[in-house]
Amino acid sequence: MITFPILSLVTFLPLVGVLFLLFIRGNDETVARNARATALLTSIFTFALSLYMYAHFDKTSSEFQFVEQMSWLPGLDINYKMGIDGISVFFVLLSAFLTPICILASWESITSRVKEYMISFLLLETMMIGMFCALDLVLFYVFFEAVLIPMFVIIGVWGGSRRVYASFKFFLYTLLGSVLMLIAILALYRTFNTTDIILLTQVGVPEMMQKWIWLAFLASFAVKVPMWPVHTWLPDAHVEAPTAGSVILAGVLLKMGGYGFLRLSLPILPEASAYFTPMIFTLSVIAVVYTSLVALVQEDMKKLIAYSSVAHMGFVTLGIFTFNQQGLEGAMFQMLSHGVVSAALFLCVGVVYDRLHTREITRYGGLVKNMPRYAAVFMLFTMASVGLPGTSGFVGEFLVLAGMWQASTVFTFIAATGVVLGAAYMLFLYRRVVFGELNKPDVKAMKDINLRELSIFAPLVVLVLWMGIYPSSVIAPMAPSLTRVLDQYHARVTHKTAMTPAIQKTAAPTENTAGEGEAQQ
Amino acid sequence: MRPFEAPALTPAFPEIFLGLVTLFLIILGVARKDEDSTTVTNFSIFALIAVAAVMFRFSHETFSTFNGMFVTDGFAVYMKILILLGSAVTIFMSARYVERQRMARFEYPVLILFSTLGMMLMTSANDLISLYMALELQSLPLYVLAAMRRDSVKSTEAGLKYFVLGALSSGMLLYGSSLIYGYTGATNFNDIAAALTTHEFLPVGVVTGMVLLLSGFAFKVAAVPFHMWTPDVYEGAPTSVTAFFAIVPKMASLALMVRVFMGPFEPMVDEWRQVVVLLAVASMALGGIAAIAQQNIKRMLAYSSIGHMGYALGGIAAASEPGIKAVIIYVTIYMMTSIGTFAIVLMMKQKDRMVENIRDLSGLASRQPMIALSMAIMMFSMAGIPPLAGFFSKLFIFQAAIDAGLYGLVFMGVITSVISAFYYLRIVKIMYFDAAPDEGIDPATDGRLNAVLAVSSVAVVLFIVIPVPILGAAGTAAATLFSR
Repeated sequence: MITFPILSLVTFLPLVGVLFLLFIRGNDETVARNARATALLTSIFTFALSLYMYAHFDKTSSEFQFVEQMSWLPGLDINYKMGIDGISVFFVLLSAFLTPICILASWESITSRVKEYMISFLLLETMMIGMFCALDLVLFYVFFEAVLIPMFVIIGVWGGSRRVYASFKFFLYTLLGSVLMLIAILALYRTFNTTDIILLTQVGVPEMMQKWIWLAFLASFAVKVPMWPVHTWLPDAHVEAPTAGSVILAGVLLKMGGYGFLRLSLPILPEASAYFTPMIFTLSVIAVVYTSLVALVQEDMKKLIAYSSVAHMGFVTLGIFTFNQQGLEGAMFQMLSHGVVSAALFLCVGVVYDRLHTREITRYGGLVKNMPRYAAVFMLFTMASVGLPGTSGFVGEFLVLAGMWQASTVFTFIAATGVVLGAAYMLFLYRRVVFGELNKPDVKAMKDINLRELSIFAPLVVLVLWMGIYPSSVIAPMAPSLTRVLDQYHARVTHKTAMTPAIQKTAAPTENTAGEGEAQQ
Repeated sequence: MRPFEAPALTPAFPEIFLGLVTLFLIILGVARKDEDSTTVTNFSIFALIAVAAVMFRFSHETFSTFNGMFVTDGFAVYMKILILLGSAVTIFMSARYVERQRMARFEYPVLILFSTLGMMLMTSANDLISLYMALELQSLPLYVLAAMRRDSVKSTEAGLKYFVLGALSSGMLLYGSSLIYGYTGATNFNDIAAALTTHEFLPVGVVTGMVLLLSGFAFKVAAVPFHMWTPDVYEGAPTSVTAFFAIVPKMASLALMVRVFMGPFEPMVDEWRQVVVLLAVASMALGGIAAIAQQNIKRMLAYSSIGHMGYALGGIAAASEPGIKAVIIYVTIYMMTSIGTFAIVLMMKQKDRMVENIRDLSGLASRQPMIALSMAIMMFSMAGIPPLAGFFSKLFIFQAAIDAGLYGLVFMGVITSVISAFYYLRIVKIMYFDAAPDEGIDPATDGRLNAVLAVSSVAVVLFIVIPVPILGAAGTAAATLFSR
């Protein structure tokens, strides 16, 4: 067993890098070079440490592990408490995995204020990992909101032409959502005199209070996920953010919302979660269908992928609120898969953007002829996004739809149309960018991906295939924790009159019929 | 009646000492005929620090003297330390600015000392008469300070405006006091409290008097709707004086409010709470919305301070021990961030000319990255974004208010904090996102400003790691107020 505070170490190791970065002096050239190296080294160390943590993580246990607790705010019963279970461990890994990739991806594309850029990314990493490890609501909130500062700076300083608008929209939108959560946290504290997440799952919040608190939590998580209709900040933020910013935004930041539902809404507020399930289902299927349709008509590559993110995250919220094992596993898997695939897709856009400095789809065409390696990589991730069996995208969507089928056949049917639309817009994008005539001279002059870019894509490719072919390596460690969440939920909800069809239909046919829904794609 | 008995002087020793030093400094200033005021300035900083050091060792127990007109307890000690440090730092960091602006006269530190003395007495006032005397001792030097730059129309206008409105508020305060005296027959806070608890029905005169008293205080802390003077006075007064206005008198006035409303008027909490909630919500909203349109950084900070006072009043509205603790924490963190912010405003120079437009900050990030970073830290902290100190000050206020069941107040508080985040972010945007102009800002840095800025930035950032000193001290200070 690990005896030292591994979680704090993983969380705050990037800050050590920040400290080094602050003291880098010299002319612009050396500062930039050293800053890149320091940041990369720090993030790789952090990733290695998180792997070490994962190696010592008991994958059969449903309990919180590596728990640390320290008194923090005297006078209030608010502690510094960290710990991870099968749900959060993967998000910690994902954050630690994507940060070095982001830093590598910005190696050449970021040339101004490199030091500040790297500081922002390392700060962001600390905040993200901290948020997934936090076991105290106030601590969770601190990390949850602190993410805004580095992201605001990343979009605002290194973003595109409308970066100021996008960064403000991003910041204020998400801030408005999260301050309501703060009220809910304080209301919980007032009643139960604790903000310990584990304790709060056991206290049994009164039902009327649950509904209000659930709605306040929804305000912040829905913006983060983002759910329709509060998703409008996302396309702007994605389009204007630099490539690496989009990668982190899609890869990790969006997962904070889904993680919040899983970690807080379901265990602490089970009755309210059951009560509001129809609303979540409605909003989610609207997100899936509507944003897929919107994605179909996009002219901008990044905007298209941004809208596809909203649609894919719709599956996540659907899966979470099915309250059954397949649904929850599917939602988790979908989040992780989307974290890798959308990150990779934004990197793919970044590759061509670095060469031609436009994201307009019609400016490209015929890339398969002069960039075959790029076309192959892009193809793989497009297929993963579509949900081709054998890639990670398939497993998540399939499990969600299988879980959904037990909850509501109607919603499953509507959601499944989203899968078809997803295939449509992704293949349409791929056809316009990669196939067709190679007749534009500047496109013709584009070079295929180089070794650095290939080394960025390589781990992502491996991961997408690994998760697609051997999904149980990911699902098995998270299953006990998800079972615990579900057991807690059903222990609280089933003794009342069943409020969702999910509970009545637990014995409903599962795999086969759900497979039909999947087969529609 | 007992024969005449000399009052015990020990509880008031710091005030007496500071008063004597100030009088001595006047003589020193007059005797030294030269234009140089450095000696007096340094002497006053030293005196303030020395008194603050004495206060650190001062007993936290409750003592009263001068026939119960003066009281000292843990709360007073804590607030006095803040006031003394705030005054010392503002004199310290504005010394170069004052020289550059050719306002370096010995009267400047002496007036600040007099005002500080008034503020110390305010936090210790335990009688309507000593309250009024202390308040006037605090205010009169402030009017003169606002008009310090005699040849500037704006400065004299600011002084006059401040004086007229201040006199009006004093009048209201006096009228309220007379009503309270008339209906309770007492001026001493303890006697008023006793009179109010024995009354079964509160006479309407006392309620009226209390509301008038509250209006007078609202003037002093610049709470909406008594805030009109703030933007003009902040803009017109020399920046060093504005810094002083924004930081120190607000703390003293809040301390006085706490003392009055948690003391004699504690039994009337249901009567005054609604008024304070209204003041708080209106201040938060106006501070958030009106600041958006400002182009002058001092005006913007004026509205920002109105908003901040709204949050602090939220803690008083909670009317509980956690509420007062939250107020204490709030003003402490407000002082740290304001000092840092004004240190930067004092630096804003462009080609030998001091500038005040927010636009002038553009390109600061590339010219002076460390100063821009500090400013960004201050702005994010004022906006209440974690992990910076400003978040925790709001957290404690909201926690106390929720504890008291003031959900509406907290809801307005968080909404306005999002609105006000906009203009704080705008400063970050101007410094970092906008392209640097050719003729950009040329910060007038000096060792003192840099030191103040560095210390306050580090304090704001590290509060999350080591919150214990401030939280612990604030907790004990608030506790003494409730142990009586």
